[in-house]
Amino acid sequence: MDLISVRAVRVPRSRGELTFAPGAVPLAGGTWLYSERQDDVTELVDLTGLGWEPWTADPDGGLTVSATCTLAELVRIPARPEWPALSLIPLCVNSLLASFKIWNTATIGGNIALALPAGGLTSLATALDAVAELWTVDSERRIPVADLVLGVRRTAIEHGEVLRALHFPAAALAGRAAFRRIALSPLGRAGTVVIGRRDADDAVTLSLTGGTERPEVLRFAGIPTVAQLAAAIDGIDTWYDDAHGSPDWREAMSRRFAEEIRRELS
Amino acid sequence: MRFSVNGQPTEAEPAPGQCLRTLLREQEHFDVKKGCDSGDCGACGVFVDGTPVHSCVYPAHRMEGREVTTVAGLGTPERLSPVQQRFVDAAGFQCGFCTAGMIVTASSAEVQAADDADLPRLFKGNLCRCTGYRSIDDALHGVTTTHARGGGGIGASVRAPAAERVVTGTEPFTLDFTTTGLTHLAVLGSPHASARIRSLDATEALALPGVHAVLTAADSPDVLFSTGRHENRLEDPDDTRVFDSVLRFLGQRVAAVVADTVRIAEEACRLIRVEYEVLPAVFDPEEARAPGAPLLHGDKDPFEHRIAAPERNVVAQKHGELGDVAAGLAEADVVVSGMWRTGRVAHAQLETHASRGWLDAAGRLVVRTSSQVPYLVRDELARIFSLDRGALRVFTARVGGGFGGKQELLTEDLVTLAVLRTGRPVQYEFTREDEFTIATLRHPKRVSVTLGARRDGTLTAMAVDVLSDTGAYGNHGPGVMFHGTHESVSVYRVPNRRVDAEAVYTNNPPSGAFRGYGLGQVLFAVESAMDDLARELGMDPFELRRRNVVVPGDPVVVTDADEESDLQLSGYGLDQCLDLAEAAVAEGGESAPDGWLAGTGMALSMIATMPPRGHFSEVRLTLERDGSVSLDVGTAEFGNGTSTVHVQLVAEVLGTAPEQVRLRQSDTDAAAYDTGAFGSAGTVVAGKAVHAAALALREAIRAAAKELGSTPRGDANTPLGMSITRRGVDHTLDALVDEQASLPLAAVAAAAPSPLAAVATASGTPRSLAFNVHAFRVAVDPATGEVRILRSVQAADAGTVLNPQQLRGQVEGGTAQALGSALYEEVRTDGEGRVTTRAYRNYHIPQFADVPRTEVLFASTHDELGPLGAKSMSEAPYNPVAPALANAIRDAIGVRPRELPMTRERIWRLVSRRAEGDG
Repeated sequence: MDLISVRAVRVPRSRGELTFAPGAVPLAGGTWLYSERQDDVTELVDLTGLGWEPWTADPDGGLTVSATCTLAELVRIPARPEWPALSLIPLCVNSLLASFKIWNTATIGGNIALALPAGGLTSLATALDAVAELWTVDSERRIPVADLVLGVRRTAIEHGEVLRALHFPAAALAGRAAFRRIALSPLGRAGTVVIGRRDADDAVTLSLTGGTERPEVLRFAGIPTVAQLAAAIDGIDTWYDDAHGSPDWREAMSRRFAEEIRRELS
Repeated sequence: MRFSVNGQPTEAEPAPGQCLRTLLREQEHFDVKKGCDSGDCGACGVFVDGTPVHSCVYPAHRMEGREVTTVAGLGTPERLSPVQQRFVDAAGFQCGFCTAGMIVTASSAEVQAADDADLPRLFKGNLCRCTGYRSIDDALHGVTTTHARGGGGIGASVRAPAAERVVTGTEPFTLDFTTTGLTHLAVLGSPHASARIRSLDATEALALPGVHAVLTAADSPDVLFSTGRHENRLEDPDDTRVFDSVLRFLGQRVAAVVADTVRIAEEACRLIRVEYEVLPAVFDPEEARAPGAPLLHGDKDPFEHRIAAPERNVVAQKHGELGDVAAGLAEADVVVSGMWRTGRVAHAQLETHASRGWLDAAGRLVVRTSSQVPYLVRDELARIFSLDRGALRVFTARVGGGFGGKQELLTEDLVTLAVLRTGRPVQYEFTREDEFTIATLRHPKRVSVTLGARRDGTLTAMAVDVLSDTGAYGNHGPGVMFHGTHESVSVYRVPNRRVDAEAVYTNNPPSGAFRGYGLGQVLFAVESAMDDLARELGMDPFELRRRNVVVPGDPVVVTDADEESDLQLSGYGLDQCLDLAEAAVAEGGESAPDGWLAGTGMALSMIATMPPRGHFSEVRLTLERDGSVSLDVGTAEFGNGTSTVHVQLVAEVLGTAPEQVRLRQSDTDAAAYDTGAFGSAGTVVAGKAVHAAALALREAIRAAAKELGSTPRGDANTPLGMSITRRGVDHTLDALVDEQASLPLAAVAAAAPSPLAAVATASGTPRSLAFNVHAFRVAVDPATGEVRILRSVQAADAGTVLNPQQLRGQVEGGTAQALGSALYEEVRTDGEGRVTTRAYRNYHIPQFADVPRTEVLFASTHDELGPLGAKSMSEAPYNPVAPALANAIRDAIGVRPRELPMTRERIWRLVSRRAEGDG
């Protein structure tokens, strides 16, 4: 929809122009920004003019994905034998309510910075221990995505910072992944997304998104027992309540999926 | 900025923050629709450099040098693209508002390369509220289900007159035209669910450049009315003003700004300073009618304003008993009883409410609106603004869906006020959020039912208690309450029955007319209770119905044995529907996955074929000098398909091709009158008038031919023209009316001293009854609560089937909409009147993936009261679906669902609690 309070759109061509006045917000794909009233937004700073390479394979075997990489570009990253966990990408992108047409514009960074429980790219990034790179005009810092997303529509990104890229470590990409998802309708907005990963050292990482207010990551040195897994889930107290599921159902589905994944990865 | 649209170079400067959708519409690319404006529904779909996108969430400032292709760029009505042709062949639309985007998606490389299994995923961003997707699926597969152009009378699947225009985006809807000097209206809504405006200061807003007027309660005519519209305006309470200084729901109009652009008008709204006095509020209908509750309309008079009991928030009530229920229950061998609840549901039609008004050259007010009832809107506008009816023209273009939601006056009064005040053309367009928050919603109801029966299944008593939440205003509150307890009760032949029903004001968003008009909510309870009764009796549920339903000869009454009624069991087909559904559900279908619970269930519904107390239509049919025929008919086309049927009726009687009939419809300046397109009246009232006019015109043509020395062959029952000799060959109405000499109708028309025309009327009485029986076989996953439909069948008693494809589409569409309210849809509030589901993404209407195929079966009946034996079949198919599904789920899981929607979480809870109980 038209964003009626916006007075200016800037398209920076260099990092030095990444400045944000009060009321200015970064614009990536725009598929969310333009989908709701944004009464407090007066300026859009369009990151897509910076010409960031959508993704690059890192020398250390990891994968760096620019925040402005569209979902369509993301799902086209070619498979590699050393990155079996890339199989999660289409699963997580399809987990979004958005149609494939939205993928042509929506970006991975936009989805994560939006910090919605049902953010499928947050699911992907937390499941694979991705680290976010944040830029200001003259500084940068890194923070795991699991710590970046603080709650519903709340992140650790400060005004003036932009999400530059997501770094997926080689070890996680090499892991064996298992994915479970449910919604209140066959292709509806996610009720819960549970992703498990077993690394070469047998460490198991379980990420819960969609059903919780923020990403919840459970880590185990090896395959947990039924009781260990259940006890770890007992510690989660952020079960989310909205039109896409009640907390009790979300918790029950998450528990069931976590146990299924435990068995699958065993 | 330069870019191209459909190959045409375009230069335009987008405003900061503008989206591509509005930029394209500003360039008069009206084929790009607004369904949601949030990227959810796909109606605005276009290609940008060959890539399909949702243009409503595509930043316009990125368009430099890009190429846009819209649906109109894919083909023209004369030269359809292959995909467009397939949508015509398969009748892959009803209202047609989603169709442009649907065809863009269908034309994408992704869909063209897709296998069948991937279609649900690829179409999850294209929502259709009308069809139930079967006909769209047929279009995607190249299935032809319609009759080719150039022929086809009654009984043929004639294509919608507008089909080729709809699929190319060239059929105009409400706002698809340019008005010079157009201004826009935006509304400041109340931030409180109950408040009084203490003061309002519009100084700053008025000072904003581009603002033409700020309208407030001070400008409002001192007239009370109802947004709900009926033939008899006394059916709804007079409880509403254009602006009221008392605000009774969150979002209610406080003020409106008229400005050069929506942007300026919205900005100006934020500059209006309002002081509110927050008042006590009540949100629970049970509390609302209890002593001490804040009174919403306590200032009004029961008689003058037609509010049953303003002193306890009751807008309408019915308390009646036939026979002796206590005695009936005492003589029963089995008694069942329970309480059920239904949720608040949105119509979610793809075209939002909107109207545009202006003064014509003669200074007459013209309003073009998205309405099911343009004549009733005209009449009430005339009353509110003290205008002569003749000083007003109200009309609709094609309407993008309604489902009852446009049997209201929600935008037209403000536009009228604004045009009269400013003298300028003014537009007021609802946002999708407005549809969820300030348009009307389906009445939520709490229904208790008690049934008693003898061991042999004979009902001895029935008691129904209904509490309906009408929200802050009473529009349709009485009608929905009375209708809701009519055919749901009178369908059974039970000697002792009691109905207690009340419709209650609360500070929730106003409820209104919704497909089925109250019956669906009550039938959900009654048919669930009947299912419980069948279980208690150990009797087959079909058999229990057969023993107790009304049959010809029975009175059709609720609780008054002497009830004056024009209802007749004409062309009765319920027996056939029960047989058809019972046989069909038993055969075929998927099998249940391992570990899932399987079950079967059914429910029936009865509905009057027209609204009560009169529904009028006056149509005019004219033989034009070129031999074509013009039909002036007041009914609006909003996906109901009545335009097709009207054309078919004329073509059949005159023996011409449907394409030779030109419609001028839903315009108070064209046809003399039509009560409106509600209560499923388009075929049985307007259609009946059309049929009568066609018969009269045929007689006039015969007479004129005789005058010309020609001897018409056949008798009065013989169609004219090519139906005799050239049907399907000749596409013109150069018909033979004379056995010896070829005398084209054009010649008859030309020779006639005055235009040959016929006027006919229909009055909507006596009324008949239509029946539907739905049956499901389902599987339920006890671990998640997921319900999978293995088999879905609906048998419908529609009388003569005038257009099989359209009728099937109505049943499928009604079924899909009902599956939405049965499984997914609920407009949620925070308990204090604030709607929390304000977009499609948070209000799940059925997607392509959600709707199974329903086998549609028709009873073979003939209704003496309908045109050529037809009954109406628009609302009816919706009603039996939710209870049939609930009964199937009950059969599967062993626990009775009592609440709609039956979401996965609710079903999972039912199963889990039962398991705990067992443990």
